[in-house]
Amino acid sequence: MAAFSAVKIPPPQFTTVRSSSQRPGSSPVHFVHSSSAFNSISFGSAKSVRSRPLFAVTSGVVSSDKTKAASSSASNPAVTREVALELYEDMILGRAFEDMCAQMYYRGKMFGFVHLYNGQEAVSTGFIKLLNQSDKVVSTYRDHVHALSKGVPSREVMAELFGKTTGCCRGQGGSMHMFSAAHNLLGGFAFIGEGIPVATGAAFSAKYHHEVLKQSKPEGLDVTLAFFGDGTCNNGQFFECLNMAQLWKLPIIFVVENNLWAIGMSHLRATSDPEIWKKGPAFGMPGVHVDGMDVLKVREVAQEAIARARRGDGPTLVECETYRFRGHSLADPDELRKPDEKDHYSARDPIIALKKYIIEHGLASESELKSIDKKIDDVVEDAVEFADSSPLPPRSQLLENVFADPKGFGIGPDGKYRCEDPLFTQGTAQV
Amino acid sequence: MEKSSYPLTSDITRLRCATPPRKLRLLLSLKSTLSLTLCILPFDLADYQISQTITMASLQMAALLSAPSTPVASDRVRVGSLRLSASSSSASRNGCALVVRSEAKVSGGGVSARGANLVTHVVAEKAAAAATSADSKPGHELLLFEALREGLDEEMERDPTVCVMGEDVGHYGGSYKVTKGLATKYGDLRVLDTPIAENSFTGMGIGSAMTGLRPVVEGMNMGFLLLAYNQISNNCGMLHYTSGGQFKIPIVIRGPGGVGRQLGAEHSQRLESYFQSIPGLQMVACSTPYNAKGLMKAAIRSENPVVLFEHVLLYNLKERIPDEEYVLSLEEAEMVRPGEHVTILTYSRMRYHVMQAAKTLVNKGYDPEVIDIRSLKPFDLYTIGNSIKKTHRVLIVEECMRTGGIGASLRSAIIDNFWDYLDAPILCLSSQDVPTPYAGTLENWTVVQPEQIVAAVEQLCK
Repeated sequence: MAAFSAVKIPPPQFTTVRSSSQRPGSSPVHFVHSSSAFNSISFGSAKSVRSRPLFAVTSGVVSSDKTKAASSSASNPAVTREVALELYEDMILGRAFEDMCAQMYYRGKMFGFVHLYNGQEAVSTGFIKLLNQSDKVVSTYRDHVHALSKGVPSREVMAELFGKTTGCCRGQGGSMHMFSAAHNLLGGFAFIGEGIPVATGAAFSAKYHHEVLKQSKPEGLDVTLAFFGDGTCNNGQFFECLNMAQLWKLPIIFVVENNLWAIGMSHLRATSDPEIWKKGPAFGMPGVHVDGMDVLKVREVAQEAIARARRGDGPTLVECETYRFRGHSLADPDELRKPDEKDHYSARDPIIALKKYIIEHGLASESELKSIDKKIDDVVEDAVEFADSSPLPPRSQLLENVFADPKGFGIGPDGKYRCEDPLFTQGTAQV
Repeated sequence: MEKSSYPLTSDITRLRCATPPRKLRLLLSLKSTLSLTLCILPFDLADYQISQTITMASLQMAALLSAPSTPVASDRVRVGSLRLSASSSSASRNGCALVVRSEAKVSGGGVSARGANLVTHVVAEKAAAAATSADSKPGHELLLFEALREGLDEEMERDPTVCVMGEDVGHYGGSYKVTKGLATKYGDLRVLDTPIAENSFTGMGIGSAMTGLRPVVEGMNMGFLLLAYNQISNNCGMLHYTSGGQFKIPIVIRGPGGVGRQLGAEHSQRLESYFQSIPGLQMVACSTPYNAKGLMKAAIRSENPVVLFEHVLLYNLKERIPDEEYVLSLEEAEMVRPGEHVTILTYSRMRYHVMQAAKTLVNKGYDPEVIDIRSLKPFDLYTIGNSIKKTHRVLIVEECMRTGGIGASLRSAIIDNFWDYLDAPILCLSSQDVPTPYAGTLENWTVVQPEQIVAAVEQLCK
């Protein structure tokens, strides 16, 4: 029995998502599984008593959901072969990439704070593989895999981690500041909660383009995903943005990667009501709790939430119960989390779960999956070689991106703009 | 942080003046049933006295004072000084033409057309010729907050991506009426009333700026933006850099700051000293209706994040500004009064304390050169440098607090670049490092007053 872990969430009875977010005039929520279903506990006891050893919600919860029981039975798989393999490959890429980062970090190829995503792959893959190119993703400092899922080439991500000029941010951002305009990755953000308002702004912009600029797309509004963790859910910007997003029905999904720990602070010790998904209905939006270790469940919730946002029905709060297999960052000794809690979750490794599902449903053979593994290893290996052989940023790069318009450096004593000074373009001008 | 509840008019502060107070014609205009706007019609803007002795205890009508006694032609209005060319500089001092600040710095081999598409010489000649009655004069008269609104309105008409966000900017029309009427004209989405969540709606402005919009975010009082410092510093200032130049943040953050009329410590803050160390940010401070409109338009069009500082006490300044469109340069300082003996560098409200002191100084035989630096970051070291090379003496007058203020940075920039031209140590008059007290007497003692400026110049020129 795990000595201590996240509280079991026993809802004796409460209003379902459907009714609680029902507002006169707003179209009914088409959620297949209201959050209440997620919380019917596969374990007998209804009341959670704090003193008793507790388990986090297990994947059993999800599979016990009646409405979806049919789809996960052996006969017809929830996803097609192509989709299953796409999901598998993306998760393998996420895992292999992060493991390589750990190696490179300990070999002194990358520096500073590096926060790895191992164990949470189902959330990134489950959500981001449903997005269009023009949809936006906003992440935190644990952003490598969000970038990869959104399509940023692993070479560019790795080169950025190596601080090379070929990195996706020219070596100027680093691990906690991954950006890609081409892929609409609006950033990794180093401070807790700092990205959520930016994501809200991107969603506002989508609505603005539709309603003010009359630039509508056939498939509906561009959607923005904001990823963040349980620690962030006690930060002001989280609540402020839930309110504004619902107020203006912005096309945004708040994806909480509840990995139960904020560095050394257990979610339970930091949060008065640990059921984060319940904070959605408190602001008038659906709140969904899903097993973040099951990519198919995450994908299904994501489909609903994304469809809602595209239709203009507004935001959704999705709490994904997941776990990080490594420390907070590569510098974290990770002594507080109990071994059996770690074992409990590593037994629910999302990649193993998907692999098992694919084999069981005959979607692909063992060897096909092996070849994907091999292919991804090559990709990651190539990324390392590319990053390693790439040049470091030259001095001339120093001043280039401080201002979009370099006139921002002002006028020098000689009456010319400083950016017109040849020394400026060499990066040696005193500004 | 609650919304200030006093009436919408900016209160008028009492000021002890070195010279006998000039009588000013007070124009009462009833803007709306409740709000009452006191307009002080300055005759000569440069000699404008910051305020007259009007206490708005309640909403009773203030008595109209008699028209000014000085033998000044009623339609003599001088807007700014024109540096057409070295030879015509004398014309700007006491000429009566509507003078348009030319950005084309002709003298001294400077970059000829600084790029601002300004109407320059044409307007000046036309004005000089048309010395007829008031109404046929070119341009139109408005208050500073109306000039800001006019600039904002023009930019919103010109570019549909320009939008406004902030507390009470829509239906209420802005804490100082800068955005009044824009919501009815452009709709509630383009002029967005936000909940009171400064950090998040500023971050939202940044996110929308990254995805194709040009938001103008209003801090109801600049002090409130301390709550958004995280977004302003990390995202506004650095995100263009950390993204390797992939995302631009063409956002304007504007709002009223500075010491008002007994607003208490928290509503009297000057954040320019805090924001000046943020790398990717530009900062400008407006001081006249003319430059307020020009800087608002320039800030909105800039690709860089710009903080536009307004001042609570300057919103009711009145001035005649050109009908033609004009955009000022964000990076340039403004010559307020050419002179020979000493360079006085100032900005925002202190410009008027300096100009009041200048009258006394002129009576005492001094000829101070007064420059409104306008661009708080980066400094226009060309205009400032040329002045120092002429006068060799520098006095900085600011409303910032002494420690870490704009004056401190300006002083070090001058020392770095113009040390050899200095005949005396740089004097810098700042507000004291004291939380702005509520009591009027105490409040006035924290802020630089004209007599102190006079004394400083006398000391400098000994």
